[in-house]
Amino acid sequence: MTMLAQTERGARSIRRLPDLTTLGILGLLLLAVNALLAVFGSAIAPHSAAELIGGGAFGPPSDAAPWGTDYLGRDLLSRVLHGAKYSIGIAAAATLLGFLAGISIGFAAAEIRGRFDVVMIWICDIFLSFPSILLALLVIAGFGTSLPVLILTIAFIQLPRVIRLSRAVAMGISTLEFVEVARARGESLPSILGREILPNSLRPLAVEFGLRMSFAVLFISSLSFLGLGIQPPEADWGGMVRENLSGIYYGALAAIIPALLIGLLVLGINLTVDWLSGEVPKAESQDLR
Amino acid sequence: MTFLDIRNLVVEGRTPAGEWLPTVHGVDLSVAAGEVVALIGESGAGKSTVALAAMGYARPGTRFRQGQVRLAGQEMLTLPPSSRRRIRGAQMAYVAQSAQASLNPAMTIGEQIHEPFAIHRIMPEGGVRQRVAQLLTRLDLPSAAAFTRRYPHQLSGGQQQRVMMAMALTCSPSLLILDEPTTALDATTQIEVLKALKAALADNRGAAIYVSHDLAVVAQVADRIVVLRNGRIVEQGITADIVDAPRELYTQQLVEAFRPRAPAKPAGSIDNGAAALLEVEDASSTYVRDRLFRKPDKTQNVLNDITFDLRPREALAIVGESGSGKSTLARVIAGLQPINGGRVRFRGNSLAGRSRDRSREALRAIQIVLQSPDLSLNPGQRIQQAIGRPLQFFFGMSNAEIPARVAELLAMVGLPADYAGRFPSELSGGQRQRVSIARAFAARPDIVICDEILSALDALVARQVLDLMRKLRAEHDVAYLFVSHDIATVATFADRVMVLYAGRICEIGPPAEVFQPPHHPYTALLLSSVPVLRLNWLKETVASNAPRPTQGRAWNGVGCPFHARCGLAVRGQCDAAPPPIRQVTKDHAIHCHRSIAELSAVGSSSCVA
Repeated sequence: MTMLAQTERGARSIRRLPDLTTLGILGLLLLAVNALLAVFGSAIAPHSAAELIGGGAFGPPSDAAPWGTDYLGRDLLSRVLHGAKYSIGIAAAATLLGFLAGISIGFAAAEIRGRFDVVMIWICDIFLSFPSILLALLVIAGFGTSLPVLILTIAFIQLPRVIRLSRAVAMGISTLEFVEVARARGESLPSILGREILPNSLRPLAVEFGLRMSFAVLFISSLSFLGLGIQPPEADWGGMVRENLSGIYYGALAAIIPALLIGLLVLGINLTVDWLSGEVPKAESQDLR
Repeated sequence: MTFLDIRNLVVEGRTPAGEWLPTVHGVDLSVAAGEVVALIGESGAGKSTVALAAMGYARPGTRFRQGQVRLAGQEMLTLPPSSRRRIRGAQMAYVAQSAQASLNPAMTIGEQIHEPFAIHRIMPEGGVRQRVAQLLTRLDLPSAAAFTRRYPHQLSGGQQQRVMMAMALTCSPSLLILDEPTTALDATTQIEVLKALKAALADNRGAAIYVSHDLAVVAQVADRIVVLRNGRIVEQGITADIVDAPRELYTQQLVEAFRPRAPAKPAGSIDNGAAALLEVEDASSTYVRDRLFRKPDKTQNVLNDITFDLRPREALAIVGESGSGKSTLARVIAGLQPINGGRVRFRGNSLAGRSRDRSREALRAIQIVLQSPDLSLNPGQRIQQAIGRPLQFFFGMSNAEIPARVAELLAMVGLPADYAGRFPSELSGGQRQRVSIARAFAARPDIVICDEILSALDALVARQVLDLMRKLRAEHDVAYLFVSHDIATVATFADRVMVLYAGRICEIGPPAEVFQPPHHPYTALLLSSVPVLRLNWLKETVASNAPRPTQGRAWNGVGCPFHARCGLAVRGQCDAAPPPIRQVTKDHAIHCHRSIAELSAVGSSSCVA
């Protein structure tokens, strides 16, 4: 009876999302606004990212610059709008890439097992033992800081963690009887992974996707903060925090607004993740103890 | 004197949509001090819910709607939680079905048995030690200090369950609740646990509620039986009345489902001269991985030198306790578990060890149905996809052709065509098992391997599924490899029975011969362990059987694997050389050192008529 109830709950979660909560709606709204900014930000920006609009450095909000100007006297609003595509776009692309590769490898390792699995896990553990920022610095030192390099670097850094997680999730599912039946039928590896395992592991993977994407947003910001991310005159939000840091002494919004936006983006991702992974609300029950 | 009195109990459960619907509809139940009352019914009947209500506990997702639960005059449902907790600790105890899940793997069993004393501070330390030793002895467990220093994983399943009972009995509860305490155990282990339990219950003198789906087991332990169905009491009465003279139709059906049936006559359709469909020759298999410089140890094989054949349209049953290798054999034939010795041939052609190396034709011909209705269907796929996949995979059917064929297959297993659009979670356990069977038959197989397909189903449902399997076999010219721990069910169904012990064949032959002497001592033990719906079955069986350890000494890999548990073992022979194969009739072989005459002389076991 309890087993039945559990599988029913499990089955529902696969095809139906949890009921919307207030925080879940807030998270989704934040994500939607950020997505719009990433896509249309450059198009609606009143000025280009490099244009000096006059009025000096760290100027107060005015008609020409509604959020004031940055350390070189450029329109902060325009720069924020231009920067959105980097912060959000790179994070999304890198995480997506990391997940596509990581899930494929992790699932295959779980299903094939044996030597392939052992070697994969060794490699993952070796890369996991390096601090991610150090790995990124090494790659960027070798290949420069072009956009594709940035995306690939961050995707690569995500990879070992995604492999480990998707392998663990797939191992739990791959011993279930319906997967055994598919295996006995002689289904191919991609078919078993795609039809039997993937649809039943989407929820933990979606949750991890959110967390990894938050990490990517912050990671790009760290790289830009070190001057290794997006190169001037373009800037992502993290880079803008760095270049405008001295403005904090003058009470300028230039450093605070991009930091706030990063915070809101990460908050949006996390609220959405919490909603996705949310538990079925506990019924009124009395504790046995 | 009434000790526990439940009046008009209504319990509600929360549906996935968030509504509260009653699951127990006004149950009245009273238990006298010292009385053992059994709650019996199918899954979903509300047995556990009522039993837990006696403790004033509603599981998460359920709540008490109305009613009274008076325990020794105390109203449990309205008590504040802290007082309720005190009463539970001092007066009640609960034994759950899975000892493995209930025992703490990080604590020795001695510490765990002491825990209730430590929490409820009932007794001085010296008294505790004495009481624990006394309980362990009463439950046929070793009381030595060395035993109490063991961890749960070092005990057998039956020992774990008895440790759970020891924990429950430490505080001499005036109400003991046992929730399916022997359901997960083998029949041979079940007897020992039941025997110990019965003695301990008599000792404790408290009241007990015994929840079970197995009427035959309950009849051995309970003073009174309450039959539940869909949250209502169908009938209640003293055990003898329920077993021998049930009044309600449902109770009669239930009693009927536990009556032994006669072994099947060998079906006439099997042609003994025909070429074997499947031949297994000296097959061995292990779960231990090959090491680089070490040869795999032969005693670690889960299957050893298995040789048999399966004829067209034959139903061959494979029986044995858990760990006998019966499921491994099924997996070997299905290509899910490689062999490390011997050979498996299908229609004369050698079969690859892994399914993915087999030909499409061999894959189609051998289909498998697995045990758990909850896990054998992908929860994310509709029934149409589940049954449609083999149609597409083996016959290249297009999406346009599949629905009609799926509807045919559903009709074949007795399900309406509109179930094709449902998800597995919308079906009952029995219905899901029917879908799994339809999925196997979609491939038009020659052999269907059934791995414990009835063991997760209620007795009545299991019987219907078995009837379905019988019907399908007559209609589809299919052979069955029927793996089961339930030797009584198998007897009514199979053309031949193969008895496995520790990965070796003990005996193989037609059920009518295997179930009568001469047979292997292990077969005799299995047969006598099957609970029979008769009042004094347990007492008689325990009396007639010499004490026999379930925990056989580790097998040395040389002699007969059963020798340590065998009443007929000959020292110096059975533990020294592998048993010879003795051919009783053309189809009946016993692997035993004892001669057929000696095996015939041993008394017949009377359980399976």
